[in-house]
This record gives sequence, C-alpha cells and structure tokens, in this order.
Amino acid sequence: MTALQQITPPPRVKHGRITQRRGVLGLLLSLPAFALLGLFFIWPFIRTIYMSLNDWPLLGTPEFIGFGNYVKAFGDDQFIRAVGFTFFYTIVITPILIILAFGLAFLVRKGTRAHRFFQTVYFLPVVIGLASGSYIWMFMWQSDIGPTTQLLGSWGLVDPQKNYFADFWTAFAIVLGMVTWKVVGLQMLLVLSGIQGIPDEVNEAARIDGATGWQSFWYITVPLLRPTLALVLVFSVAGSLLAFDQFYIMTTGGPAGSTLTAVYEIYRNGFVKFDVGYASALSILLMLVLGVVSAGQMLLLRNSDNA
Amino acid sequence: MTATITPASTAAAGSAARIGASERHSRTRLLPKSVWWIVSACLAVLFLYPIWVMVSHVSFDDIVRLSDASRGLSIVQSIGNSVFVSVTATAVALVASTLAGYAFAKLPFRGSKAAFFVILVTFMVPFQAVITPLYIVLRDIGLQNNLIGVALVLATFNLPLGTFLMRNSFAAIPSSLEEAAQIDGASAFSAMWRVMLPVAVPGLVSTTLLSFFAAWNDFFAALILITDQKLYTLPVSIGILSTDSQFGVNFGLMQTGVTVTVIPCVVIYLVLQRYYVAGLLGGALK
Repeated sequence: MTALQQITPPPRVKHGRITQRRGVLGLLLSLPAFALLGLFFIWPFIRTIYMSLNDWPLLGTPEFIGFGNYVKAFGDDQFIRAVGFTFFYTIVITPILIILAFGLAFLVRKGTRAHRFFQTVYFLPVVIGLASGSYIWMFMWQSDIGPTTQLLGSWGLVDPQKNYFADFWTAFAIVLGMVTWKVVGLQMLLVLSGIQGIPDEVNEAARIDGATGWQSFWYITVPLLRPTLALVLVFSVAGSLLAFDQFYIMTTGGPAGSTLTAVYEIYRNGFVKFDVGYASALSILLMLVLGVVSAGQMLLLRNSDNA
Repeated sequence: MTATITPASTAAAGSAARIGASERHSRTRLLPKSVWWIVSACLAVLFLYPIWVMVSHVSFDDIVRLSDASRGLSIVQSIGNSVFVSVTATAVALVASTLAGYAFAKLPFRGSKAAFFVILVTFMVPFQAVITPLYIVLRDIGLQNNLIGVALVLATFNLPLGTFLMRNSFAAIPSSLEEAAQIDGASAFSAMWRVMLPVAVPGLVSTTLLSFFAAWNDFFAALILITDQKLYTLPVSIGILSTDSQFGVNFGLMQTGVTVTVIPCVVIYLVLQRYYVAGLLGGALK
C-alpha cells in the first residue's frame, strides 16, 4: 500500500500492473493539455520556421526562397531601427523598475496593517491591462484637455498647449511613466517575497553584533537578495523586449516611426503589409535574441553565485 | 563597517530599540515613522491618481452613447465578447491544466518528466513570436475571426503556468489521502475528483484568476486574430468606440469604456487578492 505512490524506485515486480494502469490514466489526463499545446503552439512554431524560408504573401502562393527573408532583415533599415529602439527602451526602463521595486519593497516590507494596505495600493495597477493603462495615460497627457497637463500647467510646470506625443522624448517619457506605474507593483511583490525568504536570525545576529539598520540592510539584506534581483531582471527585460500594446495605442509608433518596436514591426509586416513569410523570419530572429538574452542572464546569475 | 550614520538612522535605531519589545518580528527601522507615513502616502496618491482620472471622467451620458448600437458598434456587444472569450479561455485552461497537473504530480507515465519539461519550455517562448503562423493555422481550421479561436489560443498560452501551479498544488497533498480513498474503493479518477480536488482549491482559484486576467486584458491576440470589429473584445474595441465622427477621439467615451474594462479586475483583485498573489509568486519563483 505504501509503495503505490512512491514510484521511485518503481516496485515493478509487485505492482507493475497497477503502476502501468495509473500511467495510462496519467497519459489520458494530460492529453487535452498536449492537444492544445500541439495545435496552437508547437505546430505554429514549426510553421514559423518553415514560413520564414518562403516568400509568403498572406493571400497568395508561397515561394521557397531559402534565407532570403533573413538577408532582407539585416538590410531593412526600418527593422534595425526598431530593434535599436527596443533595446534602448529595455535598457532605460529596466533600472528604473528595479530601483523603484526595491525601494517600494523596503518601504512596505512588514506584515503590519499599514504596510499591507500600501502593498495593495502599489500593486493595484498590475491588474489593469496594459491597453487600459495606455488609454488612461494617453488622456492624462493630452494637450489642453488632459487632466495632468492642465494640473501641471496651472502650477506652471509644463506648457499645457504642447502636444506631448509629437515629440520623441516626451512621448517616450510618458510611456515609461505608464509602464512603471503598471508593472512596478509586480516587481515589488517579487522583491518582497525575496525579503521574506531571508531568515530573521541573520538580521537578529547582526543587530546583536551592533549593526545599525542601514548597515544590516546594506551588508546583509542586499547581498542575500541577489537571486531576487536576477528574477526581477529577467521579468523586466523579457517584458520590455516584447513591448507592443503601449506603443501601438499611445504613440502608434510615432513620431515618424521613432517608437516602433520589434514586435510592432512583426505586426506591420505580417498584418499591414501582409508579408507573413518575412514577419515569420523576424519572429525567429526575435526568439533567438530573447533566448540569448535569457541565457546570458542565467549565466551571469550563476557566476555571481559562485563568486 | 564604515557606513556613515545619519541622524535619521540613529534616531530610528533608538526608536526601534524602544518598540522592540512590542513588535517582536520587526527589524531595525530604516526611516522614522512620520517620514515613512509621508513617503508611503505620497506614493499611494501617485499610484491612485491615474485611476482617479479614469473614474472621474465617467458620465452617464457616455454610457448611454457607448451602448447605442446605431453608431455601428455597441459596448454591450464588446462586453459580451470579452466575457465569452475570458470565461471560455479560463474554463478550458483550468480543466486542461488541472488534469495535466494531476497526472504530472500523482500519475507519472513513461516520458512524463520530458513532457513536463516541454510544457515549461513553452512557458519561456512568447506567443508574440508565433502569432503570424497562428493566424494561418486558425484560418485553416476555420477559427480565424472567431471568438472560440481567440479563447483557445489564450487558453493555450495560459496552460503552462496553470499546469505548473496545479502540479505543485497536487504534489503538496500527501499521497496517503488518496490511498485512503482508494482503500475505501474509489478509483484513481474518483479519488482525484472527490478527494484531491477539494483540497487543491487554493491552486484552482489562483489558476482561474491568472487565466481570467490574462484573457480579459489581452490586446495583441484579439487585435490580430479578429478582423470583424463586431467581434472585438473590450481592450481593442475601446479605440473604435471612443472615436467620434465629429471630433475624432472623444476622451470622455474612452475613459468610460476603460472604466468598464478595469472595474471587474479591480473588484476581483480586492476580493481574492490572496490567491492572485500566491499564484503570481508560485509561477514566478519556479
């Protein structure tokens, strides 16, 4: 009876048939999941690779062209510019998110009622969709009629008549503000769970040895949070490299295509210009970049753990 | 240990020593209490301000205009689409991931470790990367421009996280509970249904919430896989609904539409916060 569940090591001689029957049931139960994954993920994934090797108009006959789409991508100024902007966006927003996430987490790290209340408030925007957040912030910063431009304008801080979405830097800053507002709560939560993973005894010992609050924070808590830092980093970088919704809604890639992202270019090529073969090639390139970046981050994390 | 000691931190250390006895678990204070309150409250105002902007621009007239089908598209229709897609996607993801999660936790079969690994890998690949062929696959099976198609796609992309959460929930339940049921004559399947599932309710709720929020807030899949604007879900249709024939974008209409989209999420989050947070952390921390 006790051996029934403990499959390792499998008591094959005695319970072989029962184990096998349970195994068949297990296989059956996981079939729906694999049917979905096969049809809507693995099959399209294989097709992405195949389609990327074809000149494939959405409504027309495909023609095999080998690596033609990839060659085209490396000479496509618009795409290269979009990739450059995507990296720039990622490099700017990631430190903002990490610093604020750590700041917020330390501010409200305790289990008291007040701390939990503020945790809830800071996390609230996370449940609002990226699209909804974009619509709100777009309205906030409209010239003349936007509540935020009016408010800051009445204090003399900004020019209420200016079109903030017609200038790259102000449009970019508004998107940064929106994404930070919407995402930082999640990052804060990850850091909080990291802080809770540090045993109380460590800080207790430091205090007995005479460390001040800031000392134990800087010399004990921060170094112990390195794995959390890596996690927050991975989340932020992966999310930023895939940015689309916020730029599609708030800037429509403008002004003059300066805020087009990599995913936006895939969308434009596939579903505006209907060149789905080329869009597939861009998708494969994006996946490769994401793979390299995550692998690099994993390596960095492992090295820093050994050090 | 040469950190500069600011007056604030010495004061903090002093007050911490005094409070120490009553707050047993609290660590040494980094900020004096009054400063803490001011900083936290100011931040709270900043975080709530956009939500206030949204809610304060809702008007009854705009709700009426958004619901007026004679303008070509009515918000009632979009709400219906959103509810249908989110509920279907959540139900499909929940059933498939519960069954698979149970199989991986309690009924290992040959190759089940490899299969679970495949699921975890799909977790890493973003679905934006396979959207182009996905459109063509859906077209081939007649589900492009179809709400069921969108729902199944969204369910699939929530499946890895759901399976992972459910596997962990089931794995945490001691096997002796299931054995006891089987000694009493229950089959493996009814042991799962009647004994294990009720114990795994927190995991179920987390999986449901994560799938629902992801489907409800999805913008990209609906934008690409749906071509008929009558079938758009809320996040996509708001852009069209708030376009006024006379003045271009009408921001009053837009904020009212956004509020309709946001309120359900906020309410559900405030009520079931614990499960939502547990699910997010369980998924993120592998």
